[in-house]
Amino acid sequence: MTEKDLSSLQKDVLKEIGNIGAGNATTSLSELTNKKIQMEVPSVQVVSFNEMMDFIGGSDQTVVGLYFRISGDTPGAVYFILTIEEAEALVKQMIPSADVDVLNDKDTNSYTFSALKEVGNIVTGSYLSALSDFMGLDMSYSIPYLSVDMAGAIITVGLVEISQETDNAIVINTEIKDGEKNQFNGQFILLPDPEALPIIFSALGIQNNE
Amino acid sequence: MNSDNIVRVGISDVKFAQAPQLIRTSGLGSCVGVVIYDQNVKIAGLAHVMLPDSTLSKQAQLNPFKFADTAIPYVIEKLCEKGARKFALKAKVAGGAQMFQFETNSPMMRIGPRNVEAVFEQLESYRIPILAKCVGGNSGRTIQFNPETGALYIRTVNKGESFI
Repeated sequence: MTEKDLSSLQKDVLKEIGNIGAGNATTSLSELTNKKIQMEVPSVQVVSFNEMMDFIGGSDQTVVGLYFRISGDTPGAVYFILTIEEAEALVKQMIPSADVDVLNDKDTNSYTFSALKEVGNIVTGSYLSALSDFMGLDMSYSIPYLSVDMAGAIITVGLVEISQETDNAIVINTEIKDGEKNQFNGQFILLPDPEALPIIFSALGIQNNE
Repeated sequence: MNSDNIVRVGISDVKFAQAPQLIRTSGLGSCVGVVIYDQNVKIAGLAHVMLPDSTLSKQAQLNPFKFADTAIPYVIEKLCEKGARKFALKAKVAGGAQMFQFETNSPMMRIGPRNVEAVFEQLESYRIPILAKCVGGNSGRTIQFNPETGALYIRTVNKGESFI
């Protein structure tokens, strides 16, 4: 099966997965920051690697990227991507007294980065545990890896595994934002490895050729 | 400089530029940007290589621009077709970073250094001297080459800008 052949039923299923995962994550983030957080309807797209870069504002764009490797039944990668401003607003929300400068903070163990990793851990953990409960599959995830760098450089890490098999990635993309000043829009990007797709579909009771 | 004069190279892609054009690729992480050029003819090819070795591929129809061992021979061949002289070709190389400090040491996690090794091996096999390089580390890079001067501009987010 190539990804180009995703049926509309399969797309709907993947969209629903994005919905469930991000819905749960949004609740966690909302509790964590004590703010109302909203979630956009997820999109499922089959994109080239270059189109992938456009999702996150271009490969040159500086972003805060949290990366988690998923292992278990459905290997893949999850990204939680924030702009610099969003990340700083998020840290200030949690630690009001913090002196936050994401771009120039050289200490990867600083309060700022620890707070961001912890948020990532909680939010992504709820994203993935919702998926794993829903599908009845084992999805364990790595510790959070954080990088403040060019979006292209960060996203490529998750594409390396996929790129051995194809030149397209299936992206389940969900944007979240707070209800008020749109201070923390964030993006969840789920990149299943090609071998994970048949497992996801069969766990949800649809045939690969449906 | 008019931005139409900049040839943009995507990921797993190869393109060519003739002065006064510039040639650029953005957001190199573990990928490697390989510039091969003939300074007198003022022509350059840039490959944005993603993986070291096409034998890693599980694809029936592979994209030759994705791998060091297929992209580099292609660049050399096309450059010569476009008037570059094989004996005069030189190379500059940037990229191959490790963006996250993984604890596990799976070969896929070391992809940046492996890409760099593969690129060096290819260039050596064609006897193309590497005049400058900026590889490894853990920063993303955007690079732009000027075939007129042979200068390679490198921008990073945290480690400033440089010319090599």
